[in-house]
Amino acid sequence: MNLTGLAALGIVGISVVLLIVLSLLHRRTPFKFRDMPIYSRLRRAIGLAVEDGTRVHFALGRGSIVTPAAASTLVALSALQRVGERTAVSDNPPIATAGDGALAILAQDSLSSAYDSAGALDLFDPDSARAAGLTPFSYAAATIPILHDENISTNVVMGSFGMEAALIADSAERENIFTLAASDQIPAQAVLFATTPDALIGEELYAAGAYLQSGPMHSASLAVQDLLRWGIVGVIVGGALLKLLGVL
Amino acid sequence: MRLRFKGLFSTAIAIAIGAIILLGALLPVGGLVAIRAVLLQWAVILAAVALVVGVFNLLRVHYGRISAREKGSFYSILLVVFMLITVTLGLFLGPTDPTVMLLFNAIQVPVEASLTAVLAVTLLYASVRLLRWRTDLVAVIFIATAVVILLGTAPLPFLGSVPVLGDLIRPFVAQVLAAGGARGILMGVALGTLTTGLRILFGADRPYGSK
Repeated sequence: MNLTGLAALGIVGISVVLLIVLSLLHRRTPFKFRDMPIYSRLRRAIGLAVEDGTRVHFALGRGSIVTPAAASTLVALSALQRVGERTAVSDNPPIATAGDGALAILAQDSLSSAYDSAGALDLFDPDSARAAGLTPFSYAAATIPILHDENISTNVVMGSFGMEAALIADSAERENIFTLAASDQIPAQAVLFATTPDALIGEELYAAGAYLQSGPMHSASLAVQDLLRWGIVGVIVGGALLKLLGVL
Repeated sequence: MRLRFKGLFSTAIAIAIGAIILLGALLPVGGLVAIRAVLLQWAVILAAVALVVGVFNLLRVHYGRISAREKGSFYSILLVVFMLITVTLGLFLGPTDPTVMLLFNAIQVPVEASLTAVLAVTLLYASVRLLRWRTDLVAVIFIATAVVILLGTAPLPFLGSVPVLGDLIRPFVAQVLAAGGARGILMGVALGTLTTGLRILFGADRPYGSK
């Protein structure tokens, strides 16, 4: 086994231990994270959508589950399930669009689970999760009419998107639809920063589960990320100092 | 009860396969690597089948819109007709046939290129609107950086490249500041990816739908 593999295995092992310990600690004393107004605004927008009978649209992007983009896609699916649980009994159920066949199936499963959890499985419509388009711009072109025609008041753009996300976010902005936008790709983050007031930057996307109260494991995983980040900062600064002193 | 058993079974399968894939990547032991390769091949095949299911799903949604005569169903008719024509031609003539390629090059490519042009205009307009909702220092730095990079990259009429901007400031911003920031963001994304993967391995996140 090479050194890189061993180091990676060590990081995974440390993360597993931290995840278990912090998850147990969180059950005793819930952690307090910094305030992120974007997620508060999302919760409020979802509540308003249920009250006034409008829809929530969830754009899941084009991240395939067999590519490295799978993580952001899985976070988005988890958030979709949480949003689905809160809006299942609404007059106008949520709509999820995907740019990948497998993702559309997973979105259907996530929404079905959400309806089941809300005790409203009989209200679930499989067509509420659909594959909109299979290339970046065809996906954006197919999603924009949904924002116009389907009585949408809240739009969540979350997953793996390229720059086409700007077209969806801008279109929602013109319709005065609340939009929360997040992508794992840096160019998409840059264009979303310019097109919507509620864009998540960097790893804020991976905090969705913790801020949407998806369970202790989500809060623990966010705490693990913070601890590992401090570890990495320490290693980088320490390495730079040792290099400066001529030790390395 | 049956549903609960199904959920447990799918969760156990997902956790076991996830663990094999992870260990196969980190511990390159003969048997483990071979099993991992086979499982990944299966995943790719399943993803391809899911693509076909996705196309059928798209067809069903638009057929429903046409049947219900919803607003914009004319576009759904166009989509279904052209989808059937493309699939039929692709199946009988093959995907590399000049007629099929013509459909792709004459319709799909220009439409996507046009949307890229629309994106450029959208971004220009969005950057103008940006200061409407973000009146902080970050927004000002964002716009100033975009202007500096644009002026430093594109040759200006009658002037050519701007001396200090093009060969000193732009490379510093792009290769030092932006690259440093991007590395920081990517590190955060990597940590998020790691913990998301572990949640799946623990069965805390189950995107395959079981409760």
